[in-house]
Amino acid sequence: MNTFETIRFAIRGVSANKLRSALTVLGMMIGVAAVIILVAVGNGSAKSVQSQISALGTTTLTVSSGSGLFGGTDTSSTTKTQDTSLTLDVASALEDPQSAPHVKSVSPVASGSSQNATYAGSSHSISQFVGTFPSYLSAESYSLASGTGFTRQDVNQGRKVAVLGKTVADDLFGSVNAVNKQITVNGNLFTVVGVLKSKDSSGFMDQNDVAIAPITAVQESITGYGALSQIIVEATDENTVTDAQNEVTAILNNKLKVSDPTDEPFSVRTASQLLSTTQSTSDTFTVLLGAVAGISLLVGGIGITNIMLVSVTERTREIGIRKALGAPKRVVLTQFLVEATVLSLLGGLLGVVVGVVGSQFTIVGIRPVLAGYSIFLAVGVSLVIGLFFGSYPASRAASLRPIEALRYE
Amino acid sequence: MSEHLHPVLDVRKLVKTYGQGEATVHALRGASLTVERGDYVAIMGSSGSGKSTLMNILGCLDIPTSGRYLLDGVDVSRLSDNQLALVRNRRIGFVFQSFNLIPRTSALANVELPLAYAGLKARERRRRARAALDLVGLAQRAGHEPNQLSGGQQQRVAVARALVTAPALVLADEPTGNLDTQSTADVLSVLDRLNRSGRTIVLITHEPDVAAHTKRLIRLVDGAIVEDVRQRPINDHERAVLR
Repeated sequence: MNTFETIRFAIRGVSANKLRSALTVLGMMIGVAAVIILVAVGNGSAKSVQSQISALGTTTLTVSSGSGLFGGTDTSSTTKTQDTSLTLDVASALEDPQSAPHVKSVSPVASGSSQNATYAGSSHSISQFVGTFPSYLSAESYSLASGTGFTRQDVNQGRKVAVLGKTVADDLFGSVNAVNKQITVNGNLFTVVGVLKSKDSSGFMDQNDVAIAPITAVQESITGYGALSQIIVEATDENTVTDAQNEVTAILNNKLKVSDPTDEPFSVRTASQLLSTTQSTSDTFTVLLGAVAGISLLVGGIGITNIMLVSVTERTREIGIRKALGAPKRVVLTQFLVEATVLSLLGGLLGVVVGVVGSQFTIVGIRPVLAGYSIFLAVGVSLVIGLFFGSYPASRAASLRPIEALRYE
Repeated sequence: MSEHLHPVLDVRKLVKTYGQGEATVHALRGASLTVERGDYVAIMGSSGSGKSTLMNILGCLDIPTSGRYLLDGVDVSRLSDNQLALVRNRRIGFVFQSFNLIPRTSALANVELPLAYAGLKARERRRRARAALDLVGLAQRAGHEPNQLSGGQQQRVAVARALVTAPALVLADEPTGNLDTQSTADVLSVLDRLNRSGRTIVLITHEPDVAAHTKRLIRLVDGAIVEDVRQRPINDHERAVLR
């Protein structure tokens, strides 16, 4: 009785009850496919966070008031007599080649959210109306699709010119060229000088739903002359980000007269630090998805165990006949183990096919990224489950005396 | 030739009990029996007389509580599990009352099964299985599955399966118990032919007609042999006549 023979017997056993075998394979297939697809979705969302970080630019620093962006600073309890808010004066202090040699550019930001803009009867609510310096565009990796940006001179003169994001331009102007047209924002006329190229916005906010204008014009017409929302600082290159962060912190501490360095009224964060919270959220997401998928794989495995138990119990008599005809225990055992393996392997392979095909589609806005380890893990687990749970009923049946197995009803 | 020195079957003081305590059932109470090569033995007895238990022990399907069983001079109780499988495969052909064919498997594949366990190549296996089916007159039904065959045909497939390995000993537990007259005659004629070709046959039966075919008649009552009659000599190759 060679191995090939045994495998042939097992396949005959599997195909003897086609519907039951098909359902078992289906259960296994769903489990394996779920693991592959869900891990791919989690993986995909992690990848999109990473691409967001690189889209933000790896050389930018964000200075904002409050000791932490996500820290939840309790500003009401800190009774500070002196003004620690970020102002244009503070921003210009950062542009100091002596004490901050690693700072390439400084862009103070005053922004108003949900500003209603109209042009010739069409209107659009711009989610971020940003008032800043011209350097903001390169710091935030925006580039122009048409027209020009505004200049430092425009800032100094407070001219009402604006660069529109793609979403805003499409909504207000459609196919018409937006450059040199005038739009009305909050009762003020802004002349469009340029339109931005579409920026990858896989994040949680549409980065194309913006308008960027000189900070002086925005403060005058929209936000008022209060504190800045934030200051975007660009370091000279990727390797000097930390140096620039230290320099900026030192200047701000000096300028705002901070006595206790552990309780700064501002925070300086790099792009990756800003997104670390998002990153950890997406990691949790992946783990959760993996756990759900693992459960469905386990259920598939229990299905195989169940089928093997039923199959062996139902065929105890057949095992008795085989033993009466001189089948050694080893051969009977191998036959049932191969049956279990064929079922789980078939389910596993079909699951891989379904999983790989399913991962090609965009699921809830996330483009799944296949993880090689999940394929091996899912198939491996399905195989181990098949072997492990198939071996118990099989060895129980193979150990019976022939007459006991034959009498079994 | 050592195997001619030993009887095919040599059973001494065989005891088999089931259950324990007050519920103990004594299926066999010290049955002793020797069967020589080429004999054709019928075992009769009422239900519960222990004849099936005896047959199962002779077929190495069950083990006795006490007593010795020598098959071709070899003490079966000393054999390992794998050696027992080998004995069942090579030395003994077993025919069951309820046929015990493997369901959803063709007649040919059923007959091939013992040869597969013996390790024969597929081609040789098929040739011998076809020859065995031909011998029982079912060559035309080789591709049919058990549920497509009549009871008599199924039993003849089972007989073909029992003789395909050319065992010295064929054991049949009420082979005609579930069959009509015609099928009974078919199965018996196959067994008669087997015996004429030198095989030792032991069968259990309720029917005197069937018992009359054989050369020796043994009666069991309450797990003990009460009668042992030689009806014809072992080397008598005349065809028995149905009364």
